[in-house]
Amino acid sequence: MTNQHFIYLLRLADSPLILAQRLSEWCGHGPVLEEDLALSNMALDLIGQARLLLTHAGRVESRDRDEDQLAFLRMENKYRNLTIVELPNGDFGQTVTRNFLFSAYQVELWKRLQISTDTELAAIAAKSIKESTYHLSHSAEWVIRLGDGTEESHLRMQTALDQLWPYSAELFTSDDTDRSMAESGIGVDPSAFKTDWQSTVSQVIGEATLTLPADTPFVSSGKAGQHSEHMGHLLGELQYLQRTFPGAQW
Amino acid sequence: MMNTGNDRSKEWPLWEIFIRARNGLDHKHCGSLHAPDAKAALQSARDVFTRRQEGVSIWAVRAENICASDPDSKAEMFDPAEDKIYRHPTFYKLPKEVDNM
Amino acid sequence: MYTQSMDLPQKKEQSASAPGAPENPEYQREFDARLAQGEFIEAKDWMPEAYRKTLIRQISQHAHSEIVGMLPEGNWITRAPTLKRKAILLAKVQDEGGHGLYLYSAAETLGISRDEMFEALHTGKAKYSSIFNYPTLTWADIGVIGWLVDGAAIMNQIPLCRCSYGPYARAMVRICKEESFHQRQGFDLLMTMMQGTNEQRVMVQDAVNRWWWPSLMMFGPHDSESTHSERGKQWGIKRISNDDLRQKFVDATAPQADILGVTLPDPNLKWNEKQERYEFGNIDWDEFWNVVNGNGHCNRERLAARVSAWQDGEWVREAALAHANKRAAKHPDGRVGEQAAPSMETAPMQTAPTAGST
Repeated sequence: MTNQHFIYLLRLADSPLILAQRLSEWCGHGPVLEEDLALSNMALDLIGQARLLLTHAGRVESRDRDEDQLAFLRMENKYRNLTIVELPNGDFGQTVTRNFLFSAYQVELWKRLQISTDTELAAIAAKSIKESTYHLSHSAEWVIRLGDGTEESHLRMQTALDQLWPYSAELFTSDDTDRSMAESGIGVDPSAFKTDWQSTVSQVIGEATLTLPADTPFVSSGKAGQHSEHMGHLLGELQYLQRTFPGAQW
Repeated sequence: MMNTGNDRSKEWPLWEIFIRARNGLDHKHCGSLHAPDAKAALQSARDVFTRRQEGVSIWAVRAENICASDPDSKAEMFDPAEDKIYRHPTFYKLPKEVDNM
Repeated sequence: MYTQSMDLPQKKEQSASAPGAPENPEYQREFDARLAQGEFIEAKDWMPEAYRKTLIRQISQHAHSEIVGMLPEGNWITRAPTLKRKAILLAKVQDEGGHGLYLYSAAETLGISRDEMFEALHTGKAKYSSIFNYPTLTWADIGVIGWLVDGAAIMNQIPLCRCSYGPYARAMVRICKEESFHQRQGFDLLMTMMQGTNEQRVMVQDAVNRWWWPSLMMFGPHDSESTHSERGKQWGIKRISNDDLRQKFVDATAPQADILGVTLPDPNLKWNEKQERYEFGNIDWDEFWNVVNGNGHCNRERLAARVSAWQDGEWVREAALAHANKRAAKHPDGRVGEQAAPSMETAPMQTAPTAGST
């Protein structure tokens, strides 16, 4: 039970952690200054969420691991993020499309976790839902602008959606950990809010004049610790200093 | 292809941003930014100007919609108020006992 | 972060298509009188063409420095060693972007557009502070940039909060306020490393060795070489001379180095009891001009990064505008979704979508 609780919290922590890592790559390279700042703000929110969740996970695990030991010193297969967040950023369209799909998911998740029996988690959810709601609003606006913008932007956005869509299946897979956390009232089984997510997504995609891709049999498995090839490279950067100078204080 | 830089039709419009620091205060001009539409202007204003809790409310106004007085007419606009000193409380010398009036 | 005061010989003027004010002796007298009284000049006020152009050059160069300055530090965001440091660095680099934005806006009040300024940067016509053409090689560089480069920047910037041009002065006030954490976080980072392992201390010293002289160069050429200083002073846009600021910086920094436990790489650096200031060695101006003129480690990469960000973003900017035009066409009265309701006090804008629970 404790172990499942720990793993569940890692899942919640790792997706914001890894997406923040990706979004921070945009800093200094955005299409306009205003959006450069917006993406950094989003990354900062996500780092904040990851820190709270990792610290909490460390306490639940009770092996004295702090946020940084958990963030920087796990083996790749111990990271539990959704695969979609570790994919390379692609162009700005892919980035905002992923932000949109992910934050729509996070809003539903946080909404339900606000009543978690894990009171610490409930408090984190109550703080995070405000952030994710803003991320959703910001990214949805961009999906609409770019989807219904020029011919080129429409094509780029449809391509982005087509490429990311297969990774959305993983968002709603549930395993023993999810189910047991849902039963105990600590967590929530993501399959429970698939319909809500779909309704947000299809509304915005429709407004953006884009077409929802068909589902495919592919299901990614990041939350189970099996990642894409991109993850190793991402971790190479993330972990560089902690791995090179073991035990150093920064 | 490099933007020629002179084609202003490709630029996002300029917006002037006004922020209320906290309830009870006026919105105050704090700067400007470029945005394609009103929603983007508000969101960018939030990201650009309230990163340190500087605000609780934002107005965004298209810069071209602001009517400004001409500095050249400053004299006729503002100087005539100069000699109406009787509008100010300090104009009136009252006995000390009632001077906090 | 801030541009050096380069006072470069003015090349071709910016292609500002701004409200050219005819030279007018009466206006000129009024303008001079206002400056002499320490009054601010505001955007729509009459100003001599040379004043306007000099400001455009200085402010846009400053703005370019802010956004090019995001790149060397941005180089370490994904490799920051702890989550706390990552958040701090990201927030700081993001701030630089914000500062660039404030400054571009200030320059825009002078009748040049942001795109025109970008064009000048991207084609190499406009300069930015050459400190950013040095590479960030280790994590200690992040601390040293905060301590020395931001420290030098702050010295440079504080007098500009009182500069004669209102929009520039106001932007600088905001920037200085925000910047106050930048130097402190750098020093804090370095102190932590100095209390760490031997390898970490070596890393810090190495970074100090590489950044010390370029930081001193940030104040620009000696006063004797500086072409625009006099006029800048008269116009209230350059209040303290390059050499005076540099001296102030050395005087403030040398004792900090002692506290940190690092050696500044200048054998001639010593306290002069009589003059109550530090003496320091000669700056290698050949290196300075080399880097200014494009021959530093990273000149090409920095510019290429900015150009590709701009070019890669072109479809985004176009599409957003196209979308706004479509919406405007759908709602010919131009109100729906475009403008706040008549009573600004009461009707907040709806943003899509509605999934949030708040």
